[in-house]
Amino acid sequence: MGEIWEGLTAGFWLVITLDADLVEITLRSLYVTLTAVVIGSAIGLPFGAFLAIRRFRHRRATIAVLNALMGLPPVVVGLIVYLLLSRSGPFGVLGLLFTPTAMIIAQVIIITPLIASIAHQAIRDLWAEYHDLLISLSTTKRQRIKTLLWDGRRALITASLAGFGRGIGEVGAIMIVGGNIDNATRVLTTAIALETGKGDFALALGLGFVLIGLAIAVNLAIHTIGKTESEGKW
Amino acid sequence: MVSSILPLTVSQALVQRKGKTLLGPVDLKISTTGCTIVMGPNGSGKTTLLRVLHGLERLSSGNTSWQVPVTDARTRQAFVFQTPIIMRRSVRENLAYPLMVHGMGKAEAYQTAQNWAERVGLADALDRPAPQLSGGERQKLALARALIRAPEIVFLDEPCANLDGRAIREIEAILKEAQEGGTRIVMSTHDVGQAKRLADDVVFLMHGRIIEEGSADQFFAGPSTPQATALLQGDIVE
Repeated sequence: MGEIWEGLTAGFWLVITLDADLVEITLRSLYVTLTAVVIGSAIGLPFGAFLAIRRFRHRRATIAVLNALMGLPPVVVGLIVYLLLSRSGPFGVLGLLFTPTAMIIAQVIIITPLIASIAHQAIRDLWAEYHDLLISLSTTKRQRIKTLLWDGRRALITASLAGFGRGIGEVGAIMIVGGNIDNATRVLTTAIALETGKGDFALALGLGFVLIGLAIAVNLAIHTIGKTESEGKW
Repeated sequence: MVSSILPLTVSQALVQRKGKTLLGPVDLKISTTGCTIVMGPNGSGKTTLLRVLHGLERLSSGNTSWQVPVTDARTRQAFVFQTPIIMRRSVRENLAYPLMVHGMGKAEAYQTAQNWAERVGLADALDRPAPQLSGGERQKLALARALIRAPEIVFLDEPCANLDGRAIREIEAILKEAQEGGTRIVMSTHDVGQAKRLADDVVFLMHGRIIEEGSADQFFAGPSTPQATALLQGDIVE
């Protein structure tokens, strides 16, 4: 109990004093995860819509694989990205290992199936509602996808937020591909792992509370901007 | 001069799903003018016939043919569903949608939407979320959205089902105005009174087959089948 209280106090002071290290790793956490969410959403949302409206061979199998990939183990993703980006790997020449870019790549791989799968569920229901109308109006496939993404945007925000939630709390993959290097690739989750390893539970807990606060703040901000749950919205 | 997509000819159209015949085989010709009313009891195939005519239903056999290539014909017709499909947008955006997907600019589409909203009595609701409209307003919106591109033919699947007298009168007025403007109307209804008010000709369906077809005057004066006679007398037909 004492350690939790100390953690709360430590977190409080870190925030109040705008601790330079805390600000740096918080901004890096946000940069890595938000970039991954933007890229993951740009891929996952249209892909989810495509899966909802397009009939093709092995569609069911594709959806099943996509759903299975939602549970992709981050450590395995980290290992594969590590091997691909390491000097002896096919992309070693790019020199991306142990950089925030490598961390973004790993997070994109982890969160894109999650975003695509949730988007697919949401768009599938909307497509069932709009199907006859959009066919009747002789819309093109591209117009259908665009319409469904726009009209389903509030449900799709939830899909992107789920991706953000998974990314911001992820530690296994980014530890492997980022290396938790001070002033370079350290983020909130890897810092928490490091402080826990050093036995500084108070600081680890403090960072943990900052991480939770950050996740809540981003969710609230996106809900406010997206005007979800507002009176008169649908 | 753009050639008309009509008449529409249906030859031996058959719709079967899971071994059950939903429609046909039917032969039908939709001429260039007038209002055709499709009548028949529940499950007789009215909705399926309209969907076949509009191209929403895949035929098991037979065919439908327009006077122009089908891709061209598809963009010059419209459909109003029994339960209106209302997009999760404002009334203005719902009305402008068919115009914008066919290439009209936003400003012009919004202006046309406003004109149509005024015509159908939805001017005060232009910026309201369309899903919040009442049943009658939703059907008027769906009708205006179908007519906004001045289709040559519009198919309506019981557009006045579950509406009260005032809403029915308003919708019929819009339909008459559209018809006077040159739009061909094909509509299904259960309402004999409405059929008498609107029909130029009648198609009567039973168990997926057309059992009577002809001019409205002839049909209402002396139907040739006992089922149609029973329907007009207000008896239960099944």
